[in-house]
Order: sequence, then C-alpha cells, then structure tokens
Amino acid sequence: MFLKLESRGEANRNMVYLTPVLAVILTLITGFFLFLAMGHDPFEALYTFFIYPISNSYGISELLVKATPIILCAIGLSMGFRANVWNIGAEGQLTLGAIFGGTVALMFYEQEGWYIIPLMMVAGVVGGALWAAIPAFLKTRFNANEILVSLMLTYVAFQLLSYLVHGPLRDPDGYNFPESRLFSDSAIVPILWEGTRFHVGGLFALLAVVAGWLMISRHLIGFQIRVIGMAPMAASYAGFSEKKLIWFTLLLSGGLAGLAGMFEVSGPVGQLVPSISPGYGFTAIIVAFLGRLHPVGIMMAGLLVALTYLGGESGQITLGLPEAVTGVFQGMLLFYLLASDVLIKYRVVPNFGTAKS
Amino acid sequence: MFKSVLKKAAGAVAVAAGLAAMSAQAADVKVGFVYIGPPGDHGWTYQHDQGRLAVEKELGVETTFVENVPEGPDAERVINQLAATGHNLIFTTSFGYMNPTLKAAKRHKNVKFEHATGYKQAANVATYSGRFYEGRYVVGHIAGKMTKSNVLGYIASFPIPEVIRGINATIRGARAVNPDATIKVVWVSSWFDPGKESDAAKTLIDQGADVILQHTDSPAPVQVAEERGVWAVGQASDMHKFGEKAHLTAIIDDWAPYYIERTKAVMDGTWTGGGDTWGGFKTGMVVMADYNKAIPADVVELAESIRKGIIDGSVHPFAGPVVKQDGTVAVPAGETPDDGFLAGMNFYVEGVDGEMPQ
Repeated sequence: MFLKLESRGEANRNMVYLTPVLAVILTLITGFFLFLAMGHDPFEALYTFFIYPISNSYGISELLVKATPIILCAIGLSMGFRANVWNIGAEGQLTLGAIFGGTVALMFYEQEGWYIIPLMMVAGVVGGALWAAIPAFLKTRFNANEILVSLMLTYVAFQLLSYLVHGPLRDPDGYNFPESRLFSDSAIVPILWEGTRFHVGGLFALLAVVAGWLMISRHLIGFQIRVIGMAPMAASYAGFSEKKLIWFTLLLSGGLAGLAGMFEVSGPVGQLVPSISPGYGFTAIIVAFLGRLHPVGIMMAGLLVALTYLGGESGQITLGLPEAVTGVFQGMLLFYLLASDVLIKYRVVPNFGTAKS
Repeated sequence: MFKSVLKKAAGAVAVAAGLAAMSAQAADVKVGFVYIGPPGDHGWTYQHDQGRLAVEKELGVETTFVENVPEGPDAERVINQLAATGHNLIFTTSFGYMNPTLKAAKRHKNVKFEHATGYKQAANVATYSGRFYEGRYVVGHIAGKMTKSNVLGYIASFPIPEVIRGINATIRGARAVNPDATIKVVWVSSWFDPGKESDAAKTLIDQGADVILQHTDSPAPVQVAEERGVWAVGQASDMHKFGEKAHLTAIIDDWAPYYIERTKAVMDGTWTGGGDTWGGFKTGMVVMADYNKAIPADVVELAESIRKGIIDGSVHPFAGPVVKQDGTVAVPAGETPDDGFLAGMNFYVEGVDGEMPQ
C-alpha cells in the first residue's frame, strides 16, 4: 500500500454536520454523469428524479406518507445507536406492530367507537416493544448479540404475518387469497390533508422528532445515552445502569417501529397483507446515520430518502429509467457519507514504509 | 349532378376527418402497466411485457411500465401517478394490486383500469385472467403418458383456488389416461424463489416423481429436472432453453390479444368496466409451447385433441364426475360445473397425495 490513513485526532464539529450535505452534492454530481452516460438529458433526469415528484401538493403529501414510517423507525433506532445498542430488527418490530394493531382492527370489525384507533396504537406499540424485548432480554441476561437476535427475529416476524394472513386472519370472503378483510372506517386513521393519503401518523412522526430532541438535549436519560455511547467506563463510574439503558433503548425503538407498522396498515394499506413494508425498518438504519443520529437530521434524511423512492417511480414513468436507479442513488448517498466520514476522522498520507515509529 | 359531387366531397371530408380523429386517438391514448417484478426474459412479468410491446407495435400507442412495484402502500401511489400523467388505460398485473387499483380508480374516474387475477370490479375497473387450468389439463394427459413411476411432482405457491385448480386439472388429465397416476405437492410459499423451488424439485424427484410441474415463476425446477434426467413442464413462458431434454412443453400466458383488444376498445370509445374476462385456449390467452420431440406422436396427437376439444367445447377439464380426495362427489357425472365453482375451488380431487395446507 502506498497510502495510509492517519488519525486527525478530534474531528472538526462543523464538518460532522457538513458531510451529509456534501454527500448529497456528490451524489447529485455523480448522478449527473450517470444520466449523461445513460443517454438522458441529465438536467431533465435530475429534475424528474428530485423536483418533479414534489412539484404538486399530491406529490408532497405522498412524500410525507412515505417518510412517516421511516422517520418513526429511525428516531427510535438512533437512540439505541447513540448508546451502542444495535437494533437492526426495526423491520420485524414494525411487522409485529402491524400485526397487533391490525388484529385489534379486525376484532372490532364493523364496530364503531372513538377508542378503536387509540387501542390499535397502543397495541402497535406493545407489539413492536415486545418483539424488541426479546433481544433486550437475551442481551442483558445472556449477553447475546442484539444485532443477530433482532435481525433474525425480523424473518420470524415475516413468517408470523404470513401465517396469520394465510390462516386465522384471512378474509373469509376472499377466495382464500392471503389478505385480511379491509378494515372498517372506524379502524382507519384520520386523514389530515383532505384528498390525499397524509394521515395522523405524520403528526406522531413529528412528535417523535421533537420528543427525541428534547430527550437527547434536556433529559437525564438522554445524557446517560450519550455518555454510555461515548465512554462506557465513565458511565458505569457515574452509576448509570447499562442494562437499564439497553432495555430502554430497545423498547423505545421497538415501540416506535411498532407504531409505524400500525399506521401503515391502518393508513395507506387498510388491511393486513403478506408484506406490509418494503423495507422501511432497514431503510431507517441508513436514515439514522445520514441524519447523524440527530432527530432533526433524521427528519431531513427521512424526507430525502423518501424522495429517492418517489423519484425512482417518476423516473420510470416519465423517462423510462430502470427501477435500479433508485437503489443506485441510495447506495451513492450512503457511500459518499461514509467516505466523507473517514476523511474527516483521518487524513490520507503517502506510505513509503518510513512512517514506522 | 352537382349535389352528388357535393355529397362525395362531404364524404371525403368526413373520411379524412375520421382518419384524423382516429390517429388523434392513437396519439391520445397512453397505456400504463404496473409490474410486480422486472420484465427479465421469462415468467409472469415478462409475458405481460410482451403484451405491452404487442400493443405498441400493433396500435402505435405510447406505453409506460413501472417495474418491481411492491404490493403495499406504494402500489396505490404508482397507479395514481400513472393516472395523473395522462395514461387513460392502466393494467395492474398482480393480485396484490387489487385494492390499490380500486382506490386509485375511485380517485381517477375518467381513467380505465384493468386488474389481472382479482375478483373486485368497479365502473372503471375490469378484471381479467387466464384459464390456465385448460393448459394444465392438456399437460396432465402428457404427464400421465410419460411417467414411468406414476408419480407426478408439483411445486405450488399458495393454496388459493387458482393454484388448487391447477393441481386438480393436472391430476385429472393424468388419470384420464393413466388411472394409477398420483401427484405429490410441495408448497414453497412464494411465487418466485429459485432456491426453494429447486429444493422442492429435488425433494419431489427423491420421492419418485419423474415429471416436475410448477406453479412458480423461476426456471430452477426445469434446470433440476434436466440435471436429474426427469421431465418438466415450463410455467408462463416457454422454458425449453433451461432444459432442452427435460422440457416437455409449457403453458404460456399470452396477454397480447387481450391487451390489444382492450386498448382498441379505449381508442374506439367502446371500453366498459365492471366485467371479468377469463380467457383460455379459445381466445388465445393460454397457449401451449412446442412439444418436446421426445414425446411420442400418439401422445402429441392426444394432447392436441384435448386442446381442440376444449376450444370447441366438447372437453371440459372439470366435467363430472369430479370426485374429491375423500371420495365424496363434488360434481355428479353428466354435469359440467360453472365458473363460480371453478373460481372458489378449495378441495383436492382424488389422486392428490397429501393434505392441503390451511
């Protein structure tokens, strides 16, 4: 190797917040040349991808609908990530929230009552938190790796959902197709913006952002999370319980993911189907890091990533771009972010074998 | 004299105007397609894309497709976006788009929607699907003649009537020519999973099956059959290139005639919604691929006579007696069940080995 990385010591604080912006700019520049190479007018393609989808009110509402579950999951995950608790299974917790919330909806099928939706929300949170409690228990009791446990439980959650929609929760009038009944109107979350699909879940995502911010900056538990993430030894000298924080962050992230799942089935989907989420729980991991684990950053990153999905669709519809472009853009975004991170923390120096000391 | 000239001129003007109107219609009509997978080069989505290309070629209209659209909240947005960008006719080509299609149709009353394989219609939503069981019945005859072990292996996706009907039609075809034939079914809980499908094929072969049939989308079962030296039948597309020796034939989904007809209807202003089209051999929606050269001539002749019989109505794959697995009679001898019976089929017929998953 002719190059090596040398630590810069303390990372520049401004750069830490600037790199996500840099990553976006670099992604756009690369996208420009990518479209050029594909034989498209790059300005038109970038416009179609990033501006056109939000050029009318319906598009903006759809962006918010798409970003809602991603932001809800990412806010919860970021709390754990700050404390070095790696919950990778938000997708499974989201699925459990959908199952719990959806089951409540089906229990009250064709019934009226103001309490049905609040009950579904509680059920969704409980479902997600219960699923996250498994890795929390195994981690605190047996020191089992929460990354593996939470990730693997995601696939168990998928199977559970599949079993339920093929069996007990299947629509009795649905010709055996694997779907539940359509929820009654009393189990469909209120729409906040007439004529769109933007529902009350968006408000809760915003609430999660504000609450997350307050917690991290003002509350003792937020302080504990930060300390334990940065200096575990110091935290234990200060008497902070690591176990308690593992439980807290996993239950919080699981609960928020469960809430996101409940809003999906009770909002845009309106029934239980074999697959609820196109990977929101995993996308939320990217979003949490893109947003620098900061609630406001996460909100912006969530909107941006949601936009790449919408852009991918409009690129296909108006320009005939392949669907893979969406994945390429998301990949570039993360790649540039991680690359810039390395360059903030380290400088590249020539290595001629003389640097040994 | 003068009057007739005037008439002729008026006629010519009318014809010219009509032509102009027609070409204007071709320019005005834009057709959108929503796909569950990428078009690729074989399988379910590929066949729909072939239909789309046929519409473009035949009618000169503009078409758009969106690929890999998940059957969840995203589907509704994609359908809405197609409707909002001037597409007057939208085909949504997977079962899971049923409710999203209906929701989008409510929002865009002037746009026409066609949903494949669903059972809910609306004033501007029609549904369509193929009578693939007709093809399965023909294939069953061939399999019944070709099997040495008298065991057929069937790789199935989900226990919905469409799939159950396919299994039943196959074994009824086989037992019509070989009363000893039975069929073993492995459920893979997926429409496309090459790994699981290939494991299922191996399991079935290990259990004695020497003809592998599939209601899943990947060519893996055909490839396994080729390796292991047993027969296979392709699904949705002609799959002979994945197993030249093994591939007996395939049941091809041909959506082109239907897509052209429905697009033309939109251009002429004669399109109506609310109905369901179930096309088979007769309408060309179901087509048999070329028969393998290794199939004896008399078997090919038999298969063709069944196919022609289905077209002219003299043969029905579920003509009574239809006997359930447990021996009870579902359709008495001499009776032919209606489409409602076929659409809701949720039992195995005799000859199927094993229990249906619940």
